[in-house]
Amino acid sequence: MGWHKKVLRVNLSNGSCQAEPLNMEWAAEYLGQRGLATKYLIEEIDARVDPLSPENKLIFATGPLTGTMASTSGRYSVITKGALTGAIACSNSGGYFGAELKFAGWDMIIFEGRAAAPVYLYIKDDSVELLPADDLWGKSVWETDELLHSRHQDPQLRVSAIGQSGEQGVLYACVVNDLHRAAGRSGVGTVMGSKNLKAIAVRGTKGVTVKDPARFMRAVAEKKQILAENAVTGQGLPTYGTQVLMNVINEVGALPTKNAADVQFDGASKISGEAMHEPRGKSNKPNLVTNQACFGCTIACGRISKVDQDHYTVVNRPEYWGASGGLEYEAAWALGAATGVDDLEALTFANFVCNEQGFDPITFGSTMGAAMELYRMGLISKEETGGVALDFGSAEALTTMAELVGRGEGFGKVLGLGSKRMCEKYGHPELSMTVKGQEFPAYDPRGIQGMGLTYATSNRGACHLRSYTVASEILGIPEKTDPLATEGKAGLVKAFQDATAAVDSTGLCLFTTFAWSLDDFQPQVDAACDGEWSLERLSELGERIWNMERQFNMAAGFTGKDDTLPQRLLKDAAKTGPAKGKVNGLDQMLPEYYQLRGWDEGGTPTRETLSRLGL
Amino acid sequence: MMRSLSITPEKCTGCLQCEMACSYENEGVFNPAKSRIKVFMFEHEGRHVPYTCTQCADAWCKNACPTEAIQINAATGAKEINQGLCVGCKVCTIACPFGTVNYNQATGKVIKCDLCGGDPACAKACPTQAITFVDADWTGYDKMRSWAQRTDTQTTAQA
Amino acid sequence: MRYAIIGPGPTGVVAAETLRAQDPDAEIDLYGDEPEPAYSRMAIPYLLAGDIEESGTYLRHKPGHFEAIGVRHIRDAVTRVDSAGRQLTLASGATAGYDKLLIATGSRPVKPPVEGLNQPFIHHCWTLEDARLIAQEAHEGTRVVLLGAGFIGSIIMEALVRRKVKLTVVERGDRMVPRMMDQVSGNLIKQWCISRGVEVQTSTTINAVKPDPTGSARYLLATDHGDLAADLVVVAAGIRPTIDFLEGSGVAIRNGVRVNEYLESSVPGIYAAGDVCEGLDWNTGHHAIHAIQPVAVEMARLAALNMTGTKALYTGSLAMNVLDTLGLIAASYGQWEGVDGGDSAELLDAPEYRYIKLQFDGDCLVGAITLGLTQHVGVLRGLIQSRVRLGDWKLRLMQDPSRIMEAYLACTQ
Repeated sequence: MGWHKKVLRVNLSNGSCQAEPLNMEWAAEYLGQRGLATKYLIEEIDARVDPLSPENKLIFATGPLTGTMASTSGRYSVITKGALTGAIACSNSGGYFGAELKFAGWDMIIFEGRAAAPVYLYIKDDSVELLPADDLWGKSVWETDELLHSRHQDPQLRVSAIGQSGEQGVLYACVVNDLHRAAGRSGVGTVMGSKNLKAIAVRGTKGVTVKDPARFMRAVAEKKQILAENAVTGQGLPTYGTQVLMNVINEVGALPTKNAADVQFDGASKISGEAMHEPRGKSNKPNLVTNQACFGCTIACGRISKVDQDHYTVVNRPEYWGASGGLEYEAAWALGAATGVDDLEALTFANFVCNEQGFDPITFGSTMGAAMELYRMGLISKEETGGVALDFGSAEALTTMAELVGRGEGFGKVLGLGSKRMCEKYGHPELSMTVKGQEFPAYDPRGIQGMGLTYATSNRGACHLRSYTVASEILGIPEKTDPLATEGKAGLVKAFQDATAAVDSTGLCLFTTFAWSLDDFQPQVDAACDGEWSLERLSELGERIWNMERQFNMAAGFTGKDDTLPQRLLKDAAKTGPAKGKVNGLDQMLPEYYQLRGWDEGGTPTRETLSRLGL
Repeated sequence: MMRSLSITPEKCTGCLQCEMACSYENEGVFNPAKSRIKVFMFEHEGRHVPYTCTQCADAWCKNACPTEAIQINAATGAKEINQGLCVGCKVCTIACPFGTVNYNQATGKVIKCDLCGGDPACAKACPTQAITFVDADWTGYDKMRSWAQRTDTQTTAQA
Repeated sequence: MRYAIIGPGPTGVVAAETLRAQDPDAEIDLYGDEPEPAYSRMAIPYLLAGDIEESGTYLRHKPGHFEAIGVRHIRDAVTRVDSAGRQLTLASGATAGYDKLLIATGSRPVKPPVEGLNQPFIHHCWTLEDARLIAQEAHEGTRVVLLGAGFIGSIIMEALVRRKVKLTVVERGDRMVPRMMDQVSGNLIKQWCISRGVEVQTSTTINAVKPDPTGSARYLLATDHGDLAADLVVVAAGIRPTIDFLEGSGVAIRNGVRVNEYLESSVPGIYAAGDVCEGLDWNTGHHAIHAIQPVAVEMARLAALNMTGTKALYTGSLAMNVLDTLGLIAASYGQWEGVDGGDSAELLDAPEYRYIKLQFDGDCLVGAITLGLTQHVGVLRGLIQSRVRLGDWKLRLMQDPSRIMEAYLACTQ
């Protein structure tokens, strides 16, 4: 119950598609989605494999609550060894695809091997086929979506696909579903491309059942009420989306700007959630068309935007005039503040291109910021860029390069390496704003200290979605802590990391945690899933998952030395704002963190810790 | 006072809680494929349009039924399928000009909205009041009804 | 006032009920030549399949319904109509008067000119009695030849297959359901039937039915492609309106009973409705027979209104039909063959047996065929009959015809 207890195993090398029972012993220990799929991956691959080799596997996993009436039940994750990082990768996406996969009767799909020629997987309930995708290869996510809908004559079909960037080996390619929802980070789409797998199209008519429907319905109704009444989930997110943060984070001096040279951006208000509501252009209509929910979501933070038809990016390109997935905070930051570009329409267009061709706007924007710095230093020339001046603040540079990365062409090939490899190539690895090869997102650890520890210890490389201490340090959820202090942050980060790992394994969305704690998940999980699911069990499960991911990374060759931050955050003090004069105090937080985790001084989980967690 | 569903597409976020509520109420499972209400997405316009039977006065479905399997619930005004009498001939599915009677291949019979006997689950589940259950006089159904009339049928009765 | 209605099918029953509602004091006589309660022929395939009992075919389930509303259901055939004398002659020899008459006799199956069809174990599948006779003989392993793969032939295949007979279908046309499906869809249905273990021979004519000299089967059917063994033959080679009793009545007939916009025939006081009636085609403006339930009951209601003096204009009906052939669902609407100068769009997924074809006149939809579509099919009617101007959506439908529901909503909501 909750689970279908069924896994689809697809061997791309020999074309076989087999159903197998879900390992329920593992499900009892790891619940679903992030936890359970990571367990499968760890059991099935050697952590040292080349992420782009056929030996790597790619798992699409739902949670037990995916496709139920619990709010935000549209989530699924893509789990693999990351192309960008070489670390465990687990990228979570919303939209409708995950629920549809569940409705078709599958908890997860495990892809193995590599197809000899491009293929896509077509699932209609129990009927599963690998079909040739030669005609889809070279197409964007949007074209692929349209072609598959018409080919299968089913407007209800849900498609998850890679764009050209994923085919071309851009190392931070996403898997995009429902046109603009993405399993965005760590290059999970690049792994998909390396397997010659273009898309998954799914239609499910079987539905999902839960253990105790009456109790479940009562629990979900009560928890939905909490979301509705909460200021963030009930008002802030529906109105402004995550973009509600742009002005707030800029104010507190934690908006990494121009490749993290600064912590405040003059143009922040021009690219903020508020700006998206402002009428503009000849049409006098705002950038934002409406908000949109993912499947089952009663928050509806998604942005649906239109680029101003008179903007230079689209003026003669009606294919971009329609509404599509608009700017979320992280993308607006990366495409905007990180590059110094304050043209909201250019950012929206670049974001469209990221969705259309399937690549991560965070890594792309941050890599653009690094490239602009290298250009300013004279290390990247105009000859290399095809004549484009990569000046900070240049909207044209941003949008031109977005399209090149999207197609994996020209200088897009270099940018497609991500900032770590690109900066190494130009002899300045310190200019890459990455941890474990992945670019950090929109919170500067000099202004929000806990995020430094978050980035440094994140198992999938720098990321805000592994322990969003911003909630506590800025928004006061569940309680306010001082963003400039390092005291207590080790415990805060650990608690957030463990809870997040549990939430990511349920099938529900992390954004509910602005209003919900694990206490609120527990009755929903318990009413849906076989067995008894206490709060203690959920907390322990989170910690178990965290340590398991850590074990994978260590087996893959990472050590405690990789739990660090770019030198700029540790050495160059913030120049303005409340954090002026501050660097990140990682050295004050990390030892305590290791200790709280039950890891040795080198960051290795002790035998006692592992055995306590059953690892 | 007879009540009916009122739908305001502008308020719909596309969350599909209504579809799950409907399928749970009617089939005991979370399964939008079995929902009597459907939300249609217009990606390029950013519009979401929930859509179900208007319980129209013309009752095309009822008139099309050869086995008296579609009956009017006197209390709610809903046109209901009597699953015992429905043989699955599907004539109602092609006769309803709104496309809101659908064939369910699993049971070999048709399904349509029956207003949940007077307390529609979709309206209760909608988080944004895009779907409400209100006095019939108040609904924006007139708009849909006007389209019903434009479905220039065989007939125009003149008294 | 004394009303007579000939034909106790859906048309006759709805007309009788409407007459009663309009005129509480009238005498209403409902004539039918079968010894059954009023029933629906459309339910017969489901009876034959064992899904329902005979009572499930009855048009009205409340016992004593007709007595209760004062309608005399007279189980006797009308053999002659004397329109001058307003009198009916019945098969029993009796006569009966009327003031106004509704012809609702529907149609009956055609017996093709094949030698040897008048033998036992060769049946139509039209009446309850036919269904009983077929059910008696159609068992596991029975060799059944179905003569004709039109609508009726196709819709009873499910029942025959579920009875585990060994089924062969022989159709003279070059595809299945040629009057409702185009080449592509008609052949897809054929492929579907073959994939489900039914032998289908199209472009094949049966010339004679003779006893099997070897005695292994009851009959040998001589076709232009060799002999077919059969224990049971079901003849479904088309239908035609039941009008022979109108000879000498003066009622004008072309293919069926020609009616005006008030459903009145050429003889004042005599009306027609349902499958026997050749009324206005809404799409083309010409006269045509649209033998389908929704049209029949609508005509019945209007004819009854006109008979009682309430003028009710009949503006024509849209051709439409839906067919379930062994679980493959097909629908057609309006001018599915297209119109001069109109665009058409189609989408085919042969391995999945899915097909959709749309026909446009300018930016309006005028006809459609679908195969394998069960959701929101009715909007095709809405689009056609509301004459919805599709505007931009025409182009989108040309690119992807499966987006009909979106097109409908976008243009109407």
